[in-house]
Amino acid sequence: MAVAVGRPSNEELRNLSLSGHVGFDSLPDQLVNKSTSQGFCFNILCVGETGIGKSTLMDTLFNTKFESDPATHNEPGVRLKARSYELQESNVRLKLTIVDTVGFGDQINKDDSYKPIVEYIDAQFEAYLQEELKIKRSLFNYHDTRIHACLYFIAPTGHSLKSLDLVTMKKLDSKVNIIPIIAKADTIAKNELHKFKSKIMSELVSNGVQIYQFPTDEETVAEINATMSVHLPFAVVGSTEEVKIGNKMAKARQYPWGVVQVENENHCDFVKLREMLIRVNMEDLREQTHTRHYELYRRCKLEEMGFKDTDPDSKPFSLQETYEAKRNEFLGELQKKEEEMRQMFVMRVKEKEAELKEAEKELHEKFDLLKRTHQEEKKKVEDKKKELEEEVNNFQKKKAAAQLLQTQAQQSGAQQTKKDKDKKN
Amino acid sequence: MDPLRRSPSPCSSRASSPRTPPCEMLGFVGIEAVLDQLKIKAMKMGFEFNIMVVGQSGLGKSTMVNTLFKSKMWKSTPPGLGQGPMPQTLQLHSVTHVIEEKGLKLKLTVTDTPGFGDQINNDKCWDPILGYINEQYEQYLQEEILITRQRYIPDTRVHCCIYFVPPTGHCLRPLDIEFLQRLCRTVNVVPVIARADSLTIEERENFRRRIQHNLKTHCIDVYPQKCFDEDISDKILNSKIRDRIPFAVVGADREHLVNGKCVLGRKTKWGIIEVENMAHCEFALLRDLLIRSHLQDLKDITHNVHYENYRVCRLNESHMLPRGPGWVNLAPAPPSVPTTPGPSKARQKVHNNFTEEW
Repeated sequence: MAVAVGRPSNEELRNLSLSGHVGFDSLPDQLVNKSTSQGFCFNILCVGETGIGKSTLMDTLFNTKFESDPATHNEPGVRLKARSYELQESNVRLKLTIVDTVGFGDQINKDDSYKPIVEYIDAQFEAYLQEELKIKRSLFNYHDTRIHACLYFIAPTGHSLKSLDLVTMKKLDSKVNIIPIIAKADTIAKNELHKFKSKIMSELVSNGVQIYQFPTDEETVAEINATMSVHLPFAVVGSTEEVKIGNKMAKARQYPWGVVQVENENHCDFVKLREMLIRVNMEDLREQTHTRHYELYRRCKLEEMGFKDTDPDSKPFSLQETYEAKRNEFLGELQKKEEEMRQMFVMRVKEKEAELKEAEKELHEKFDLLKRTHQEEKKKVEDKKKELEEEVNNFQKKKAAAQLLQTQAQQSGAQQTKKDKDKKN
Repeated sequence: MDPLRRSPSPCSSRASSPRTPPCEMLGFVGIEAVLDQLKIKAMKMGFEFNIMVVGQSGLGKSTMVNTLFKSKMWKSTPPGLGQGPMPQTLQLHSVTHVIEEKGLKLKLTVTDTPGFGDQINNDKCWDPILGYINEQYEQYLQEEILITRQRYIPDTRVHCCIYFVPPTGHCLRPLDIEFLQRLCRTVNVVPVIARADSLTIEERENFRRRIQHNLKTHCIDVYPQKCFDEDISDKILNSKIRDRIPFAVVGADREHLVNGKCVLGRKTKWGIIEVENMAHCEFALLRDLLIRSHLQDLKDITHNVHYENYRVCRLNESHMLPRGPGWVNLAPAPPSVPTTPGPSKARQKVHNNFTEEW
């Protein structure tokens, strides 16, 4: 049956006017309801030296105390520690994962410091890619562990970026959204801070490091993003302790010479960081991770595996072939595993059989032994019985003999007395 | 993959797993601002919705579409006129419009199936429709497996199929049952009783009960499917809807004056049937289901369930699916490829298992 499908091309899309209220303006609400019922994922990577204030800043940002022990300086290498938390605000559930670089900058030779970080980020992309390439997949249920934002903590030297910072940021800029921040900013004076910031930004630009650009294409957020971008990198101070200021308690750090208030915009850029990271651009960060960084990784990985998008005919072929190959490989593996399991099973059965046989033999032996012992004992008992009988017989004989003698003696005695009596008479 | 087409953050189940301790926040952080961010993004991007109407001619499909979206999607075809001889083949006809309401743009595509069930021999008349639906899935799949993908893959997959049941008053006909059985596995189907003004309220209820009974007997799972109810509130809401499926609808695109108000309705000698009046017909329920409350859900189920099923099927056995037009001929692995007997045996076993459970 021939089927013809008439479809207008995209340019002919007409804008229809509605003559009444249809009601699809509730669509964004429907979408949002779905998302809130499922919850959100957000993953932050904190890169910085030990003791620079990463954990404190996270605590301050999310207004809570995440359990963690401060790291030591004796780590042999950089390792990443990821921890997940569930936060709930009104009806929004956020699954927050904070990844910490433990031991960053502590080694004497820091050549390979960036490697574990890059490997971790790639591993998360890889996990997602694997899930996406699966035949039977469940992407809507998948716990997204890809890093959405990387906060790079710059040490407040006041001079410029360290070479370790430059190298690490350069390696990370194509894989993750980097937001550089100056940590422990209360150690820098205001005039020095301005110079420091411009020095850092010019160094980043001259070295070609692509940090995260706050989106300016949407009118509602363009303005605020543009004004905030000027203050990059944000100079932040973190604190979980509260100090009484005026008649309110506020998060601050108390020094003998004054109190540094965390949420005071004159003192530090913490509020700006919170605005940018959470209140304005969280969704954009996630989208950039998915549509830019992940796609780049996927493209590179698939090209590495040998795929090409050459012409329309071979497109499905190459992926199909590789799918077939993968499938064969997978089935081959399954087969191998099955064989292994079968062999192991057979071996185990044999072992068990041998064991049981041994046990059986032992039992038989025991039984034999017991039987023999029993027989021996029986024989002994019989012997003893015989002996006893013999003794009894002897005794009886002796008794009989004795009795006979006695009767004989009696008789002879009686005869003697009788004879005596006769003699007397 | 487009993060917007499904719920943006694939997160695991509701209950927090033991490794993610819930944390108490001591003050306002501002996480809920992400909802506004989502809304802004959605408004900017616009939405897409693809709907298909299936039913015999003369059941009022085009009128229904016009009534649903309160605009002239296409001219309602007067029966018999302008068509000439009945088309010998089933032709699918799609039309796309952009409608805007309160700043929100919706790209709506309606696919009509004139000629369905009109022939004398209607055997396999569902094949072109299934082929069309699968072709849309195929297009999406091809886009998805590209190396360099587009940022937002255009979604032409059919999100909802409205099936018009003629108001015989008895029960579902064999054609209906065959069609529904096949289509329910591939797409979300919403059956409606067309031209319900020819049935009295009592007849309607009886007809509805009989249809529901038919559906249950033949294991036809129409939208909203019971197995996709996520939680108690969903279940309650959806069971109310399931109780009233199929909706008895009347379509009209003319306005009449009733009690001083201008309403959409059909004027007859014995009265005016108001489309939006719940006492007259259940059009409002259909509209609410399709547009106001379950539109996103329809899209989600199409994407997460039907498309994934198609994908699994496609990547496993490419020769099992009905072919539609423009089918890319993917040759299955040629038999000359040397495969060791081990894997092929296991493959055969998997194939059997798969066909069994499918």
